[in-house]
Amino acid sequence: MKPESVHAEPAPVRRAVIAAAALVVGLFIVLPLVNVFAQALSKGWAAYASALVEPDALAAIELTLLVTALSVGLNAAMGLVMAWAITKFSFPGKSFLITLIDLPFSVSPVIAGLVFVLLFGAQGFFGGWLIDNGWKIIFAWPGITLATVFVTFPFVARELIPLMQEQGTAEEEAAVTLGADGWRVFTRVTLPNIRWALLYGVLLCNARAMGEFGAVSVVSGHVRGETNTIPLQVEILYNEYQFQASFAVASLLALLAIVTLLAKAALEARIGARHRGH
Amino acid sequence: MSETVLDPPMNAGAAALLPARRAGHVLPGFGLTMGLTLLWLGLVVLIPLAGLFLKTAELSPARILGILTATRTLNALKISFGLSLAAAALNLVFGAVIVWALTRYDFPGRRVLDALIDIPFALPTAVAGIALTTLYAENGWIGALLAPFGIKVAFTPLGILVALIFIGLPFVVRTVQPVLEDLDRDLEEAAATLGAGRWTTIRRIVLPAVFPAFLTGFALAFARAVGEYGSVIFIAGNLPNVSEIAPLLIVIRLEEFRYADATAIAATMLVAAFLLLFVINALQRWSQARTGRLS
Amino acid sequence: MRLNFGPAAAAALIALVGSVASPAPVRAADVTLLNVSYDPTRELYAKFNELFAHEYQAQTGKSVEVKASHGGSGKQARSVIDGLDADVVTLALAYDIDAIADRGLIAPDWQKRLPDNSSPYTSTIVFLVRKGNPKGIKDWDDLVKPGIQVITPNPKTSGGARWNYLAGWAYALRKYGSEDKAKDYLAALFRNVPVLDTGARGSTITFTERGVGDVLLAWENEAFLSQRELGADKFDIVVPSLSILAEPPVAVVDKNVDRKGTRAAAEAYLKLLYSKEGQKLAAENFYRPRDPEIAAQYRDQFPKVDLVTIDDPIFGGWRKAQQTHFADGGVFDQIYSN
Repeated sequence: MKPESVHAEPAPVRRAVIAAAALVVGLFIVLPLVNVFAQALSKGWAAYASALVEPDALAAIELTLLVTALSVGLNAAMGLVMAWAITKFSFPGKSFLITLIDLPFSVSPVIAGLVFVLLFGAQGFFGGWLIDNGWKIIFAWPGITLATVFVTFPFVARELIPLMQEQGTAEEEAAVTLGADGWRVFTRVTLPNIRWALLYGVLLCNARAMGEFGAVSVVSGHVRGETNTIPLQVEILYNEYQFQASFAVASLLALLAIVTLLAKAALEARIGARHRGH
Repeated sequence: MSETVLDPPMNAGAAALLPARRAGHVLPGFGLTMGLTLLWLGLVVLIPLAGLFLKTAELSPARILGILTATRTLNALKISFGLSLAAAALNLVFGAVIVWALTRYDFPGRRVLDALIDIPFALPTAVAGIALTTLYAENGWIGALLAPFGIKVAFTPLGILVALIFIGLPFVVRTVQPVLEDLDRDLEEAAATLGAGRWTTIRRIVLPAVFPAFLTGFALAFARAVGEYGSVIFIAGNLPNVSEIAPLLIVIRLEEFRYADATAIAATMLVAAFLLLFVINALQRWSQARTGRLS
Repeated sequence: MRLNFGPAAAAALIALVGSVASPAPVRAADVTLLNVSYDPTRELYAKFNELFAHEYQAQTGKSVEVKASHGGSGKQARSVIDGLDADVVTLALAYDIDAIADRGLIAPDWQKRLPDNSSPYTSTIVFLVRKGNPKGIKDWDDLVKPGIQVITPNPKTSGGARWNYLAGWAYALRKYGSEDKAKDYLAALFRNVPVLDTGARGSTITFTERGVGDVLLAWENEAFLSQRELGADKFDIVVPSLSILAEPPVAVVDKNVDRKGTRAAAEAYLKLLYSKEGQKLAAENFYRPRDPEIAAQYRDQFPKVDLVTIDDPIFGGWRKAQQTHFADGGVFDQIYSN
């Protein structure tokens, strides 16, 4: 709906509300973002660039990309599977199942890390066996990936479920009647209908996966050049008096945030106003 | 996440095509996809969380009670839940102003302002943490302005509040915004025609309609804030009993080898998370019903 | 536009499975060691690891890469116990290595395997104050005055914080003569602590960069480093009348090196810490060297302090001190919850 001012409040009230909105967003959102880049560039572009090509920073970027690719890929594939199961069939306990899928959203990231330490840490349920057999989960990339998959678990599914529910099953059922098999129905009918929502979910999942801090921090072990993701590298540099370098690396994540928002705006235009949000 | 649990009305076309049949097992793949769903959910979410409760169950009830009623634990929980409530409440006010400006007024930069709301969703918490700390520290851009008035933000509970406002703001805005956008303006016009003042119209027509959405946004912002870690630990000061949040206490207990304490506090917070989630779901259904009836 | 998602999705999945199956990033070095250390040793080991790589290659012809992890000493010990694959641990105090040994990862007699209680360098606790010492802080007594803000990390997670605490205890015991009074002293001290970080480095940042507090209880090396990194015009170092001899120990993690086959390199790594070059590097990074010759060279760098040791009867060694002061319900818990 377009903003209009037929029955709007008097101009002074209007201006005050707009100013207040701008102030809140400016103070709490814009200024922190601007500050990241201001600090990152406080020693000039050369220092900025050298902070980014430093070997430990590069290793952190590499690890983050690996973990993100795995987490997003798994969550996208399984998000599709879960959305299909939930929206294309009726069965008892459906809303409870949806709640369970949503659960990781309200679990503290710290707890997400803790549960994997309890399972796979050397003192944990499976830890001794894993270590004796030379498997490294905690303090290595598999553990970091697991924790990331946990915190990003609902992101794809929760974008797909409402849309697929809304779309119903008529088109798919028609395709089945015409003799298409399941995979064909999925790739030819369902996927084209939900591709933008899927991409949208992947986008949000990606942003969270690259930036996850709390859960990853608990399972990482903080070995520089090996088990530090970009956010952990930011923390380490920050704790080493290298504030400018810390903000330089952080600026990569801030850029990611901005790109995410731009892509999100573009996608929202395609999906339509109904599915705006997160 | 506001729409996730909403149940959009069934596609009218589908209903017309298949009047008698509900979406049964006509489509293939129920066994496969449901099996995979339960397996995946079990492996990634349920088994790990069950492990936490199993570990907690190894403790005697008295021990658990002792851990949870220790001064430091109680204070950490109080700080986490109290400040999260305060931040969510403030976000209601901020959110209301922003949503109203975004949906009701046209002004230059409106779309940019709209897009910026999502920054806290997309900006990693650790980055937000160091950025806010640098801003609000006594030698930072904002901290330096506040220092002459004796207001300290960084390394005080006020700093935690700032971080929680930051991460929670978009939840309120994005939950209320679509509802206010969809709200039928004819009702407001009718009220105005019948002689109601603007304030009366807002109070009697608009507010009841968006109230459930506000409550949902509040609950979402609250749920997120209670578990928040990354953005808070940099700015909090982390002083036990004063500015130490519960998630940090879990990490500290873990680092002190006190697994029992870590798991007991974590299990408590997990139960709270469960409850909050059910409340949020109920609120969203209520919100849906309310706006559904109005439009 | 109709995107055909099927093949694309399948390709993505195959790529994913491929990347899972492929081994972790290929290592260039013949041997890789992981040194799990405490907070303020970052700069020391960054340089020492280069020295070791050079020496080891010269002696054995093998290339070696040393990875490092830093954090509060107690927290780091917990990570090793939980399975962090450390070849060597270089922690802030003996108890943290004892805790790892108690889980069977390190031989119980670890402290006797290397000279000087397995501590290749020592340090002590000093006060870092703002330039010109505006609050006039001279000794431990001044820390409990009203209105003084003291910055120290959390003794439960940080090794340096435990040395801080015990140094204060020793001073109060000597000055006031009874344990109850020493308790009162420390309770008053911790009432003046506005921020409790988990590691020494966090506290240093809080004090130096964030401008919180009047005095930082710090490792001597950390205090010197702050001056060097952030400018001698900003901070002064105050040496108290009594402090503690901090002996940060090192050990090979037996279970890990035997499984990985890295024992030779790990032992060579620790041995190099005791060599002239290693000792020199330690001194350059403001750790007090054990080697008499190097110590003599750097004598002027380190202030003279009256030092009590952890084996003094008032403490009775690390295990007893840990049990008395830092365990659940110990003295620290008593004074801190009050």
